[in-house]
Amino acid sequence: MTVSIVVVSHSEKIADGAVELAAQMAPDVVILAAGGTDDGRIGTSLEKVLAALEQGGASGTGTTGMGATGTVVLTDLGSAVMTAESALEFLENPAGVLLADAPLVEGLVAAAVAAQGGADVHAVRKAAEAARGAAAAQPGPGGADSGMESVSSAAPDCTGDFELVNQAGMHARPAAKVAGGLASLDAEVTINGVDGASMTGLMTLGAGKGTVLHVEAWGPDAERAVEYVGGLVEAGFGEP
Amino acid sequence: MGCARAHRRAALGRVTMPLDVNWAVKWLTLCAQAMAEHRVELIELDRAIGDSDHGENMDRGFQAVLAKLGESTPETPGAALKMTAMTLMSKVGGAAGPLYGTAFLRAATALGDAAEIDAPALAAALAAARDGIVARGKAESGDKTMVDAWTPAVDAARAAADGGSTNVLGVLVAAAEAAEAGAVSTDPMVARKGRASYLGERSAGHRDPGAVSSALILRAAVGAAA
Repeated sequence: MTVSIVVVSHSEKIADGAVELAAQMAPDVVILAAGGTDDGRIGTSLEKVLAALEQGGASGTGTTGMGATGTVVLTDLGSAVMTAESALEFLENPAGVLLADAPLVEGLVAAAVAAQGGADVHAVRKAAEAARGAAAAQPGPGGADSGMESVSSAAPDCTGDFELVNQAGMHARPAAKVAGGLASLDAEVTINGVDGASMTGLMTLGAGKGTVLHVEAWGPDAERAVEYVGGLVEAGFGEP
Repeated sequence: MGCARAHRRAALGRVTMPLDVNWAVKWLTLCAQAMAEHRVELIELDRAIGDSDHGENMDRGFQAVLAKLGESTPETPGAALKMTAMTLMSKVGGAAGPLYGTAFLRAATALGDAAEIDAPALAAALAAARDGIVARGKAESGDKTMVDAWTPAVDAARAAADGGSTNVLGVLVAAAEAAEAGAVSTDPMVARKGRASYLGERSAGHRDPGAVSSALILRAAVGAAA
């Protein structure tokens, strides 16, 4: 069973819409919406969050922090975070439930794709939070580098160059595939300088057909990571 | 002679209701009453520096607590507070829901299965409630939040309990008075947490609605014991 995901939003429509969007890219992942109050107003409801967590298999018996299952929770604004934290206080077995500090839509899609790829609960959260890193580290007019200095000072363990062959290039779905797969590997990966595990980071490359992606990877899974990206790119992500 | 004095003191002591489940139910009932009575006042306070939903949210939340109390009678004060926590978190909607919910939940945990609350346990439960609010909301004293009512209340309750007072009513009165003074103390503060913080300096000159509702809750606790 894959990791389940719960979306906590002040708005029922936002939660439902975000789930609908992510489900398109991750059809086998249980993604549950907990939006609005239980009488349909704007706000968050502990009961709704608890119900979603239970439906996602997070409470009761059976799911422990073994990595095989678990639930990642994404939230929108301030009190949604508080409600999600409160829900963990109520749960008997919160070990398998992780809160992700991530932008709701980008983080959710990245998390869903990672879960679809079989990533464990920690990797799914990492995928979600990498979306935040990308948003925060967008190179501004000053050309500030992303937060990858820690690894990029050492020579990469493995590198590769791959030309985008599909018509649409690195749009949302390929970026989600690349980021989702990399999130579950034990490797730090940059692609043309951005965090390879960050879907939004990859999308900011604006890489169209014909662009060469330079992949650098560090860590035990470095070679697998480069092969993974290369395989996807050369297959055109299964697109024309 | 000695007998008579002891007897008299016992008689006086009975003026205070023991802090048992009946007290807890009465407290929550008085909370609901207070929120209904002060609904418009809280709305007005929140309109000045927030999104004007605090009065309505608190009223709705405690009305839901009343409804729950009508469905089943809790067995201990802790059980009553835990039910309140769950209900407030589900019905209030705004930030006050998880904040007060956590406060009641932590207090309930601190009280455990005890049938009656003594002065040290009361002070400890109030401290646990305050710590829950701080943990959830990440606000500190002086941020113009409900913490500015709760922390003086906790300190006053602890001082009263540490002073050897076995009179739980005295501890409750000390907490309520300190919370009321704490709410007033938010008037000149510049908000650093919550929606009021968006206003920056313009938040000064208004009383924090969360601090006011906190004081109302602690005042209701006195009313239930007197």
